Amino acid sequence: MIVTKAVDASELIRAVEQADSPSRLVAAVNTLATSGLEAGIPTLIAVLGYNNPEAASVAVEGLIRLGDVAVLPLIEQLDEYNYGARAYSFRALAAIADPRALEVLLSTAETDFAPSVRRAAAKGLGNLRWEKLPEGDRAIAQDKTLQALLTISHDPDWAIRYAAIVGLQALAIASRNPSQSPQAQLSSAILERLTAMAEADPDLAVQARVWMAQQQLEHLTAP
Amino acid sequence: MSELTQSHFESELEPPNGEPLTVETALANLTHEDVSLRYYAAWWLGKFGAGSPGVVEALITALHDEDDRTELGGYPLRRNAARALGKLGDRRAVPELLQALECSDYYVQAAAAQSLGMLGDPACIPAMMNLLSGGVESAQLMPGRPHLAKPVEAAMEALEALRATEAAALIEPFLQHPVPRVQYAAARSLYVLTQHPAYGERLVRSLSEADLKLRRKLLLDLGASGYLPGAEAIAHASVENSFKMIALKSLLESNLKQTNPVALSPAATQVMTLMDALL
Repeated sequence: MIVTKAVDASELIRAVEQADSPSRLVAAVNTLATSGLEAGIPTLIAVLGYNNPEAASVAVEGLIRLGDVAVLPLIEQLDEYNYGARAYSFRALAAIADPRALEVLLSTAETDFAPSVRRAAAKGLGNLRWEKLPEGDRAIAQDKTLQALLTISHDPDWAIRYAAIVGLQALAIASRNPSQSPQAQLSSAILERLTAMAEADPDLAVQARVWMAQQQLEHLTAP
Repeated sequence: MSELTQSHFESELEPPNGEPLTVETALANLTHEDVSLRYYAAWWLGKFGAGSPGVVEALITALHDEDDRTELGGYPLRRNAARALGKLGDRRAVPELLQALECSDYYVQAAAAQSLGMLGDPACIPAMMNLLSGGVESAQLMPGRPHLAKPVEAAMEALEALRATEAAALIEPFLQHPVPRVQYAAARSLYVLTQHPAYGERLVRSLSEADLKLRRKLLLDLGASGYLPGAEAIAHASVENSFKMIALKSLLESNLKQTNPVALSPAATQVMTLMDALL
């Protein structure tokens, strides 16, 4: 059984590597991505750098479906030289939401030079499944995340601030769930920052996203 | 359309000597013997010069520059001065910009028309309508050049900004213009001016036919139109995410400005849900 799977994987991988047209590539990536085979992970990650958006999207979907087993390979194989590929990797990491990605999400959200990569990381930071961390580590991890999101909520790029709000909203929701967070004061820091942005952000779309976050958070507290 | 082309244009502008400008040095550079310094100073004043005394007057003077010429007889400094005057929001520039519509350089005319739209003075509606009055025949592509005989796209954008509903009948024929991007500009203006969904749908339908460059242009037109039912089409277009974010932002903002909301509409919330998914 295991042997058969291994053979399957290497055939599927070879089909991706030898695809000689964009449509064959997408089809081969799709077959590998839907196979759910762990052995295909490095190939799916490599596809993120092929500069073929359709194939990359299919590969991202496949990596998300594989879930936690893809997290360490995704982190180890981050492409330092190709920000397009890096943005796809972070979209996958953000969707899988495994807190082992915390450190790399933090540094990327704050310091990557590519806005698309930072946006994906900022969104991912808010959404992590905190309950997967040992209980004693949650408070410090969430506090670091809060500080990072607050910092980038002052970024000059409107889309980065927009992503920071999306992250802050998710973090506020998590902080109200006792199984995810030991500290309710997180959400008061977030509400305070949201109020300031609702009044003073220079971009109307960013303000509107703050209103939406405020609405959704109010909705949660309403009886 | 204008936001993105403008920012692309700006990112290409580097200070020629790397020295940071002040309003004083920029004003002085407007008459510098090095014409590239003049060109940069005019752009800089449009971005940073608002509210400082003498800036509008100096840029109006630059609209008459004769020294900075291209091989084809264009006036680069006049173009930048006209663009800057639109951004500064001072209506004293209106009469001079109306005059600049007569300039022999197409790009000066286009910049002047666009800036007149930004300044929002209804007094220039007749001049904008006049640019369209010859119809499609008088606005054909110039042989060997990348532009039309007249800046009709900028004129339509200005009429849209000026909410000149009376111009709709003049714009309508441009839906049949042989150049696709002119058709899109017409559909966008007509949607803004009439709020008739057929014009928004025209933009959405074109998305499936257009090549990548035109798809980008279409996304920006759809965004600027404020046609909310186009949000899904923008979000699922095969164009870079950053582009879709800009288009959806502009869609959301035009809608919010039109409705001046006290509460978010479900449609506005839906646009933001689509934006969240693109992060």
